[in-house]
Amino acid sequence: MTKRKKEPINSRTASIIRATDLPAATKKNHKQLGISDDDLGVLYRSMYLQRRFEERAMQMYQKGKFGGFLHLYIGQEAVSTGTAYALQEEDDFITAYRDHGLGLVKGITANESMAELFGKEGGCSRGKGGSMHYFKTEKHFWGGHAIVGAHLPLAAGLAFANKYRGEDRIAICFFGDGAIDQGALNESFNLAQLWKLPVIYVVENNGYSMGTAVQRHSAGRLMDRAKAYGMKHDEVNGMDLFSVIDKFSKVAKDVRKTGEPWFLEVITYRYRGHSMSDPGNYRTKEELAEYKRIDPIERLKIYVLENGHLTEKELDAINEEVEKEVLESIDFAENSPFPPEEQLYEDVYVEKDFPFLR
Amino acid sequence: MPQKQFREVIRDAIQEEMDRDETVFVMGEEVAEYNGAYKATQGLLDRFGEKRVIDTPISELGFAGLGVGAAMNGLRPIVEFMTFNFALVGVDQIINNAAKIRYMSGGQIKIPIVFRGPNGSAGQLGATHSVSFESMYAHFPGLIVIHPSEPYDAKGLLKSAIRNDNPVIFLESEQMYGMKQEVPEEEYLLPIGEAEIKRKGNDVTVVADGKMYHVARTAADQLAKEGVEVELIDPRTIKPFDMKTVIESVKKTNRCVVVDESHPFGGVAAEVGFQIQRDAFDYLDAPVQRVTIPDVPAPFSRPLFDAWLPNPSQVIDAVNTVTYRK
Repeated sequence: MTKRKKEPINSRTASIIRATDLPAATKKNHKQLGISDDDLGVLYRSMYLQRRFEERAMQMYQKGKFGGFLHLYIGQEAVSTGTAYALQEEDDFITAYRDHGLGLVKGITANESMAELFGKEGGCSRGKGGSMHYFKTEKHFWGGHAIVGAHLPLAAGLAFANKYRGEDRIAICFFGDGAIDQGALNESFNLAQLWKLPVIYVVENNGYSMGTAVQRHSAGRLMDRAKAYGMKHDEVNGMDLFSVIDKFSKVAKDVRKTGEPWFLEVITYRYRGHSMSDPGNYRTKEELAEYKRIDPIERLKIYVLENGHLTEKELDAINEEVEKEVLESIDFAENSPFPPEEQLYEDVYVEKDFPFLR
Repeated sequence: MPQKQFREVIRDAIQEEMDRDETVFVMGEEVAEYNGAYKATQGLLDRFGEKRVIDTPISELGFAGLGVGAAMNGLRPIVEFMTFNFALVGVDQIINNAAKIRYMSGGQIKIPIVFRGPNGSAGQLGATHSVSFESMYAHFPGLIVIHPSEPYDAKGLLKSAIRNDNPVIFLESEQMYGMKQEVPEEEYLLPIGEAEIKRKGNDVTVVADGKMYHVARTAADQLAKEGVEVELIDPRTIKPFDMKTVIESVKKTNRCVVVDESHPFGGVAAEVGFQIQRDAFDYLDAPVQRVTIPDVPAPFSRPLFDAWLPNPSQVIDAVNTVTYRK
């Protein structure tokens, strides 16, 4: 297990982890992690795309382009990018409602993402899911789930099916620290460990269950939930891309080899509110600023610049390309039609002619 | 044709479908080593092994959700609840996940899962163990709800349910597991969503599902002795509900009584009554009547329990009301 420099946590009580007290970052460089020079640019682009996409999505929301909820992932991009990089493309990903980042890294295009926010037919869920319910199963992205903790047993089921068929695929399930307190977590952990299901459970501990700080909603350390089930577990510095890649590569390899589940607590931070209506009165500006100082995108940027892998000019070119992609996604979403009214009754049942009560 | 018990045909249907399709498996509390709390999975562990016949912990939320995830990812789970009363702690997995994920994903996902087990009251078991859930599950789009009353129907419909690509709620009855009926040796399937007229009659239409079918049947036999010929319709499937058969019958008899084990508010009887007044208003010679359990939880005490559960004399009273015999 990773040693902390300072122990900020009472052994029996969870608490917000300060940016200065995160689990130590990996000391390995990109080569030691098996990341090619070219992939450094790909990884940077992936994180930056999520960030710009959501910043623009926020603008569109504020302009009234679409309704509903909008939960932003900004600050947590190293988790999505790092895990998708560490795992195989055909591994099965499932997450909670803060799903834009993982959706984008798993192969939902910016166009499909933005159109879904707009409720348009060109969206990844044909406009029927919205921000909280992104899906793209051909890319093994199983959603976008908005009842806290309710998708944890689904992940066990995805893993169960993979194991049943003797496939090498593993499942990975993300959720926020709020889900820790749900019974669904405990039932899922028990089944996953009891039946040795190839699944990685990942709590993205960003410190807050909506506006309730972790020490006010959860007894004990989050990671320790695994102990009761004898489940392998560890913590990860979620603000550092290389640390995420390092840990998840090892864990994925172990799950594939042993077929046994893991629970990882990723310490991360969301810069924005829980949703768009959240002024964030429950936390200090200083706390937020501390985290922004260790921003995962900036961190990678400094790494590639200092080590001479990419130049400012090359990074600017990536940024421009991303900006273009995001702006195009807005055009795409604007121009995509709304689903026609007859689609109201489609996709409820498999049959096209299901006799609905009218 | 051999006589088969309700529990035997449930087992036979599962066994035939598991023989036919490797992706079908069954899980639930006590389904494997114990051979089923009500022996509806007897012998399946011996035949298929522990990979496909799986004992679960008492963890309805967990294994219901696990089943949904497995169905999303290509398997065809049969999830047994020891009774549907216990499913309530996992009902989020059925109503929010099984029923809605296909819709929310814009049709990307199919969830071919069967949730089955006993439903409704089974004697003096108190309020938490006596609920009949057909109306509740039928309320939610995305689910199919089957509520058979006899072994022949149960077998053919369960086989269809297992092959169906939608989530299916399949409701049985503790009190009917020992009930026998002639069931063919050869394979057969029954279509989901088709009612059956199980007794022809011209005087009054009685619609009754599940265990209440037998209550209505007893009433119909008694009424026949009094010269009243009941047309008895067993809907068999609650969702989709075969209103066409009911409406056609009401247009012939001009009178209708609905018997259902749900509570009255928003129940099957309420819905059927509404549909009849809308689609056969001009044919009615009397307001539609219903016999349901009352708007109270199940009591334990025997006399109270007997007063609570619908019985044939209540059905006869309702028929007398719509025929103005009293």
